Amino acid sequence: MTAPFEEIVELQGGKWKSRVLSAGEGDPVVFLHGEGGLSWDPFLEGVAEGHRVIAPEHLGSGTSQGLEHLQDGLDLVLYYCELFDVLGLPAASLIGHSFGGMVAAEIAAINPERVPKLVLLAPLGLWRDDHPIPDISTITSKKLPRMLFADPDGPAAAALSTPDAGDPEALFQAAMAMASILQFIWPLPDKGLSRRLYRVKAETLVVWGRQDQLVDPVYGEEFAAAIGNARLEVVDDSGHLPQIEQRAKVLSLVDDFLG
Amino acid sequence: MPYRDLPDDFEQRYESVWVTPPNAELCDSARVAQYYKWNLDELELADKLGFDGLGVNEHHQNAYGFMASPNLMAAALARRTPNNSAILVLGDTLALYTPALRVAEEFAMLDCMTDGRLAAGFPVGTSMDVNRCYGITPTETRPRFNEAHDLIMKAWTQPGPFPFNGRFNKLRYVNPWPQPLQKPHPPVWLAGGGSVETWEMAVNNDYTYNYLSFFGYQYAKKLMGGFWDTVSRLGADDNPYRAGFAQQICVAETDAQAEKDYLEHVTYFFKKCLHIPPYFFETPGYRTRRSAEFAMQTNRPGDIAQIASLEKNWKTLVDHGFIIAGSPDTVADRLIEACKGLRVGNLIALLQIGSMGHELTKKNLTLFAEGVMPKIKGLWADEGWEHRWWPQGARQEVPRPPAPEVIGR
Repeated sequence: MTAPFEEIVELQGGKWKSRVLSAGEGDPVVFLHGEGGLSWDPFLEGVAEGHRVIAPEHLGSGTSQGLEHLQDGLDLVLYYCELFDVLGLPAASLIGHSFGGMVAAEIAAINPERVPKLVLLAPLGLWRDDHPIPDISTITSKKLPRMLFADPDGPAAAALSTPDAGDPEALFQAAMAMASILQFIWPLPDKGLSRRLYRVKAETLVVWGRQDQLVDPVYGEEFAAAIGNARLEVVDDSGHLPQIEQRAKVLSLVDDFLG
Repeated sequence: MPYRDLPDDFEQRYESVWVTPPNAELCDSARVAQYYKWNLDELELADKLGFDGLGVNEHHQNAYGFMASPNLMAAALARRTPNNSAILVLGDTLALYTPALRVAEEFAMLDCMTDGRLAAGFPVGTSMDVNRCYGITPTETRPRFNEAHDLIMKAWTQPGPFPFNGRFNKLRYVNPWPQPLQKPHPPVWLAGGGSVETWEMAVNNDYTYNYLSFFGYQYAKKLMGGFWDTVSRLGADDNPYRAGFAQQICVAETDAQAEKDYLEHVTYFFKKCLHIPPYFFETPGYRTRRSAEFAMQTNRPGDIAQIASLEKNWKTLVDHGFIIAGSPDTVADRLIEACKGLRVGNLIALLQIGSMGHELTKKNLTLFAEGVMPKIKGLWADEGWEHRWWPQGARQEVPRPPAPEVIGR
């Protein structure tokens, strides 16, 4: 796997410092990561074979700082618009996973002309009382593989990295990263996105793992129904990380969709 | 004020004593009604016995303490405490109330109803209460607390009406009736679990800091040391009445009798009432980055893991100071050692523990008042400090416990 280019982008005179990974040539595609944090994985490597992939790190985790200047989801969307402007991306397709999918959908709803194509991988952002989404802050590292994967003993689950329980610094960093996401989805991940999805003009691909125990596939139908030009693909033998657990299948769906 | 009827296998069968213990399954309102009345009876007895103050506090969805509104308990006490004890509400969890003007109003009411006996406690609150039960976004815990504090103090000290443009509290007309009886305002008692920001706030605003923990004085040394370091760094004096500390105490006729009387109930407390998973205790974002870093540097997770791993038998509980137990002389000696060691002028004596019933609690209160209190009251007298944080309307110099017949009139 080739190492991506890494830069720290400063915005608004250093108010925000954002770590951005990028690689590949072609039409730009921005990837917004989920609760597990930003890592350059084989899925991004695969997308970068046909596109220029730009992957910013969510503020408040790792070296990306300035979360205290964001109070709500609208602030977060506007921060991303500013970041994309500084990166020279007046328009770019978006791929978002889980929490990152929620943010991608918000950006596409609030600023539709920026987003020609949208890929949502098991996004958060909606709520149904008949399918409550578990409180992710209570999932211990022991329970995590069963919550995330269709096959908790498979290679994807084995490759999952969690902080070492005996390493206070690693636990501290993991807690800060989790806090930075909880800030936008607490106490329930419904912040009104359902009222805004009608504004998404992007052609949209919604991908869900059939065995997703964290966010039930029924939410895929909700997203596909609420977005005007959307298609749902439910992937077999996959939990909440379809791009990891069924990488080849999801890569081919995404490549075909992005063109 | 715990629920005392949790099943024997509670800690194996249920996730937590706090937040999620299923109410319909475990909580009998008839029992709860009994416990509220016992609790008020015990606090009223403490007033008669000559305790300086009576404390109530706030927790939610919690089988070890279901005083959801401490202000209601304080209101009940206001009319039935003829010996003029201070009423310590420790306190109202500020971040939970929007607009926080409600706290300013209710505390002002209590201050008037008690003729100035209120100490106004401002806790940040636990992550269980604030983030889990009341759904406050973890990273908003401290900002909401700070803003509520600013609003309340302004409402108490500045003539209304005036506008308040906060992030969480936006008010065109701040003009509460009444304002507190004590001027400029009731003494503020902060209650905390060791956040750097709370220590600084206490010193910068001249409030008391009260460390509330169930782990006893030995484990409190590091944290109270952090508080006193902050006091010194910010240039304040080391008046011991700046600091308070909560300690579980069991008094009996002899050391051996204490174990016989209390072991079962204390065990209930440590096994069941502290059955809380770590992910509830420290929701990510509940502590600020700075306080989380401080906790990591001082190895607080390691200390808590060590505490959790201890077998909680009587000897361990006593040797490690989780409880101070024994005859009145033993208890007094150890309390003097603890209070001197931590340099605290306010001892918050926790005298009802775990599954202790009403009669045993009354015995504990009485033996403490008669056998321990006289020995520890003058602890700091030789240093000559003034207690500047004592409610103006409460008894200042506490007399000998009055004879019961006088009180019964």
